Amino acid sequence: MDEASARFEQMFLPHLDAAHNLARWLTRNGHDAEDLVQESYLRAFRFFGGFKGGDSRSWLLTIVRNTCYSWLQRNRRQELETPFDEEMHTSDPQAFSPEKPLLANADGQMLQQALEELPVTFREILVLRELEGLSYKEIADIAGMPIGTVMSGLARARKRLRENLLNAMKKES
Amino acid sequence: MSCKEEQPLLEGYFDGELDLVRNVEVEAHLQECGACSAEYQGLQELRSVLGSGSLYLKAPAGLQRRVQDAIRGEAPTVRPSWLSGWWTPLRWASVAASLVLVALVTWNVAPRFSPRSPDETLAREIVDSHVRSLMPNHLIDVPSSDQHTVKPWFNGKVDFSPPVVDLQDQGFHLVGGRLDYLGGKPVAALIYQRRQHLINLFVWPSPEDANSTQASNSQQGYHVIHWVKSKMTYWAVSDLNTKELGDFITALQKQLP
Ligand SMILES: [Zn+2]
Repeated sequence: MDEASARFEQMFLPHLDAAHNLARWLTRNGHDAEDLVQESYLRAFRFFGGFKGGDSRSWLLTIVRNTCYSWLQRNRRQELETPFDEEMHTSDPQAFSPEKPLLANADGQMLQQALEELPVTFREILVLRELEGLSYKEIADIAGMPIGTVMSGLARARKRLRENLLNAMKKES
Repeated sequence: MSCKEEQPLLEGYFDGELDLVRNVEVEAHLQECGACSAEYQGLQELRSVLGSGSLYLKAPAGLQRRVQDAIRGEAPTVRPSWLSGWWTPLRWASVAASLVLVALVTWNVAPRFSPRSPDETLAREIVDSHVRSLMPNHLIDVPSSDQHTVKPWFNGKVDFSPPVVDLQDQGFHLVGGRLDYLGGKPVAALIYQRRQHLINLFVWPSPEDANSTQASNSQQGYHVIHWVKSKMTYWAVSDLNTKELGDFITALQKQLP
């Protein structure tokens, strides 16, 4: 095998799960996610010369993210039109009062659905923060937004996710 | 501090992204505000649910193979620029002792490194090591900005005592140290930071008595500078621009024994 591809694989294949996880949540479709992961790796390989060192996972995830967004633009345009800066809900302490069902009782399918129902930008930052464990700075770099937007976006995303979950659980009971 | 001021910070507090001062502020507010601490508990509850594992969608079997096939199909036309450096011709030369190649090597190396060229294999290892160190969790063994913490950490790990200097005033922040291996030997790596740029400074004893002048090389964004002083070998590598890397070395040199 060519030295360049060996080196590339050694650096980036360990991040295959991360790449897939992000693509899968952005597209909400397994088949498309796999295609986009493959496309992202190919792009990454072509851009490899421009990789100046640094965090290889973040670098790859930036490419995955951009590849998925181009795909969304082509195939799911309306999804991208959800405004990100919608009115922030004022906090409702009632939402956390004891008579509400416990989130811990939500099952896997409910969780998956609640996350899938979020607008794509919310899904993206939640996945990067909660599932991938990235810092605000890393998320800001990958998603191309200011750090402050990451923080406020996370606040709203978490609030919405909680609402989705609680609604789903109410319906269930 | 009122709730209105604290609310936006709660998220940052929860994510461990606040500076020390604000962290303390939010902590104090949480002690006395029921609404905010309920909200905080809500965040924790949500996180524990999200972290249950079922949401992380790993790559299915077969995807790795598919990706590898795609990459290898592309391979012959692609070569990362930082791989095609001054060392690759040398490698070929070792297997094919062709005169043409030897000429190529000489031509390739001479204009970049000074005639008293340091070992190119080592230069390659230095850049490799730098790149590896930039991967997650590889950079630092002892995270500390305090030279008096970093220096003793090497005791017993290497059989020499690397000079660790503080360059905070010159704008280079010591972020820690690491044990690394170069040429099969353990060496000390000191990590400094300027803005988002990291500098790896590798240090180990030199077999030579004489101090040497600096030899430098630039390779697709990485600058490597090497010198010997007071029987210690130093290699600095970074993607920082040459001007600032030069400043770093000047400041460093002033404080080195
Ligand atoms: Zn409060």
